[in-house]
Amino acid sequence: MTAPSTQTAKPATGIPALLKTAFINALIALVLFSLMVGIRTEAGSDGQLTYWTRFGELASLVAVVFGGSIVIDLLRQWIGPTGADKLVPPSVQSGMSFVGRYLAPALLIFTLLVPVIFYNQRYILDLAILVLTYVMLGWGLNVVVGLAGLLDLGYVAFYAVGAYSYGLLATNFGWSFWVCLPLAGILAAFWGVLLGFPVLRLRGDYLAIVTLAFGEIIRLVIINWQELTGGPNGVSGIPRPSFFGIPLDNSDDGLAAKLGIEYSSTHRIVFLFYLILALALLTNWVTIRLRRLPIGRAWEALREDEVACRALGINTTTTKLTAFATGAMFGGFAGAFFATRQGFISPESFTFQESALVLAIVVLGGMGSQLGVALAALAMIGGFELFRSLETYRMLVFGMAMVLIMIWRPRGLIGHRAPTVYLTKAQAISSDLVKEGHG
Amino acid sequence: MDYFAQQLINGLVLGSIYGLIAIGYTMVYGIVGMINFAHGDVFMIGGFIALITFLILVSLGLTAIPVILLVVLLVAMAITALYGWTIERIAYRPLRHSFRLAPMLSAIGMSFVLTNYSQVAQGARVKPIPPFITGGYTLHESADGFVIQLSNIQIMVVITTIVLLALFTWLVSRTRLGRDMRACEQDQTMAALLGVDVDRTISMTFVIGAALAAVAGLMYLLYYGLVDFFMGFVAGIKAFTAAVLGGIGSLPGAMLGGLAIGLIETFWSAYFSVEYKDVAAFSILIVVLIFMPTGLLGRPEVEKV
Repeated sequence: MTAPSTQTAKPATGIPALLKTAFINALIALVLFSLMVGIRTEAGSDGQLTYWTRFGELASLVAVVFGGSIVIDLLRQWIGPTGADKLVPPSVQSGMSFVGRYLAPALLIFTLLVPVIFYNQRYILDLAILVLTYVMLGWGLNVVVGLAGLLDLGYVAFYAVGAYSYGLLATNFGWSFWVCLPLAGILAAFWGVLLGFPVLRLRGDYLAIVTLAFGEIIRLVIINWQELTGGPNGVSGIPRPSFFGIPLDNSDDGLAAKLGIEYSSTHRIVFLFYLILALALLTNWVTIRLRRLPIGRAWEALREDEVACRALGINTTTTKLTAFATGAMFGGFAGAFFATRQGFISPESFTFQESALVLAIVVLGGMGSQLGVALAALAMIGGFELFRSLETYRMLVFGMAMVLIMIWRPRGLIGHRAPTVYLTKAQAISSDLVKEGHG
Repeated sequence: MDYFAQQLINGLVLGSIYGLIAIGYTMVYGIVGMINFAHGDVFMIGGFIALITFLILVSLGLTAIPVILLVVLLVAMAITALYGWTIERIAYRPLRHSFRLAPMLSAIGMSFVLTNYSQVAQGARVKPIPPFITGGYTLHESADGFVIQLSNIQIMVVITTIVLLALFTWLVSRTRLGRDMRACEQDQTMAALLGVDVDRTISMTFVIGAALAAVAGLMYLLYYGLVDFFMGFVAGIKAFTAAVLGGIGSLPGAMLGGLAIGLIETFWSAYFSVEYKDVAAFSILIVVLIFMPTGLLGRPEVEKV
C-alpha cells in the first residue's frame, strides 16, 4: 500500500456547517431513494407491471438520513476521528485479560450445562445446536482465514461435500454415522486440496473470487446432477445418528430401553448437542495445538507477509495446502453433522450467503481469536433468531453490519494484535548511557 | 452453419452487456486495487431504475420510443452513478489504508446491502416488461427453414456499446480526468504530489463504472425483458471473469473478455447443456487465473515488498 496521499475531510464544525452537510446528505438520499423507494412496482396477475407511489416512506427515509447525518457529525466531534488505532491503557488491558482468562472456561462450563438447565425447552436446545454448528464452522474457517490469511469465500462447498458425503453414503449403502464422519472429513479435505492446488499462486482478492467460483460450481453441480444428488429436491431420509451403534429411538434395543429409562425425544436432541459440542471442541483443540507447531507458526507468518515467508524458506505450497485441507476437513465434519441433524439436505442450504455468514463470524470475532469467533457466532446467530420476524430486513442489516465493522473495528470486536510489550511512560535516559548527550 | 451464425450473434450481444459491466471492475481494480464486489449489484440497481423510469414515462403518455429510451438511459445513468459514488464514499474510502482484506469484506457487505435493499424496496418477484423494441431483420434463410434473425434490440445493444466504448476510450486517453486516472493507476502518491486530486479521481472512477453498469442494466432489461433483485450476483461474477480474462486493469481487455465470455456461454448452452452454462463460466475463471493470470491483454503484475 502506498502512503496516505490525502487527508480525510475534517468534520465540519459549527451549526451552519453541520446543517449544510446534513442537507447535502439528505439531498443525495432523496435522489438515491426517489425511484427505488418512492415508487413500488409489482407484476399483476396478468403479467402487466403496475406501480404506486410511496412518498411517505421516501420522506421518512430522507428525514432519517438528515437526522442521522447530524447525530454522526456530533458524535465525531465528541469522540474524535475514528479509525485511528488507540492504545488501550494497561489497567484496562489487564482487566480485559483477566476477564479473557476466565471467560472461556466459564463459557465452556455453561455450555456443558445447557442441556441440564434447558432440558425442557426444546427451542433453546435447537438454537444452541445451531449456534454450536456455526461456532464449529467459524473455527474451521478461522484456520484458513484467521491463521493463514487466505480469504475463502467458498467455505460452504466443503460443508456441502461433508453433508452430501454422509447423506449419500448413509441412504445408498446404509453406512453408519460414525463410519461416515471421518470419511466426510477426508473427502472434504480432499476437495480442499483439489481446490488448493490450482489457486496456490493466487493471493488476496483473486483467491477470494476463485474460491467463490468453486463454491458456486459445487452448488450448481449438486443442483444439476440429479441422478446422484436428487437435484433441487435434495436427499431425504438421512438416518439419525446412533449412540455408537445403539439407536436413540423408542424401540426395544434403543438406548432408553437398554438403560431402563423412559424414552423421550429430547434424548436425541441432547445427544446431538453433545455431539456437536465435542466436534467443535475437537476443532478448537486441534487448532490450538497446531498453532504451537511449526506449521501453525508458518500459517501466521504467511498471513503477515508471504514474500518474507518465502525468503525465510517456508514452503508456501504445503503451508497453504494444509491450511485449506484442515479447514475443509472441519467443514466436512460439520456438514456430516448438519446432514444427520436435519435428516434432509438440499442445495438451498449451501448458498453463498452461508459462506458469507461464516466469514462474517470469523471477521467479527477478530481473525485468529478462538474465543472471539465463538462469541461472534453466538451474537450473529442469536441476533438472527431475535429478528426472525423481520425476515426480509435481516440480511440487509447483516450487510450493513459487515460494512460498519470493517470501518470501525477492522480487526474484529475482540481480536486485535496490539503489541505484547510496549513502554508505559516515556523515560529519559541518562547521558552516561549514550554517547552524545541525553537520549 | 446457420445455427452457428445465430449463436454468434446472440453471444456477441450478451458479451457486450458483460463487457460494459466488466469495465467497471477493471477500472476500479486498476486504480484502487480492489475487487468491487458490489459492482454486479450496481448493475442490478441500474436495471431497476431503468425499469421504474420506463414505467413512469409510459404511464405519462409518452409514445416516442427514441425519446423514452434517451430519457431512461440518462436517468438510469445519473442515479446509478450517484449510487456508485455513495458506495465508494461510505464503504470503501474509509478503508483505503486499512488491512488488505478489509475493502473486499466491506464490498461483500455492500453487495448484501444492495441486493436486500432492492428486495425490500421492490419485492422479490421478477419484474417483466412487455417487449418494447420489436422487429428485426432476417439475414439468411436456409433450405430447411432455419432463419438467422438479427433483431433491432440486438443491433441497438451492440451500437450503444460501441458508441459508449468510443466515448470512454476518448475520455481516458484525451481528457484531463483520463490523464488523472492513468496517473493514479501508476502511482497514487506521486500523482498526489503532482497535483492530482486522488480522492476525486477515484470517486469519478466509481461514478463512470456505475454509469456504464446502468447502461448494461438497461440493455439487459430491454434484451431479456425482466429484472429481479438477484440478477446482479451471477452477472457480476461473469463480468469479473470477463475482466480477468481480458487482463484486469486493461480497458480493451475488459470488452474483449466480455465478448469471449458471452460467446463461450452462448455456445456452451447451444451445443452442450444449458444447465451447466454457469459452471462453464466459473470454470473459465479458475482456468484463466491458473494458466494465464495476466489475462489476454494485461500486464504482468510486479510483486512488491
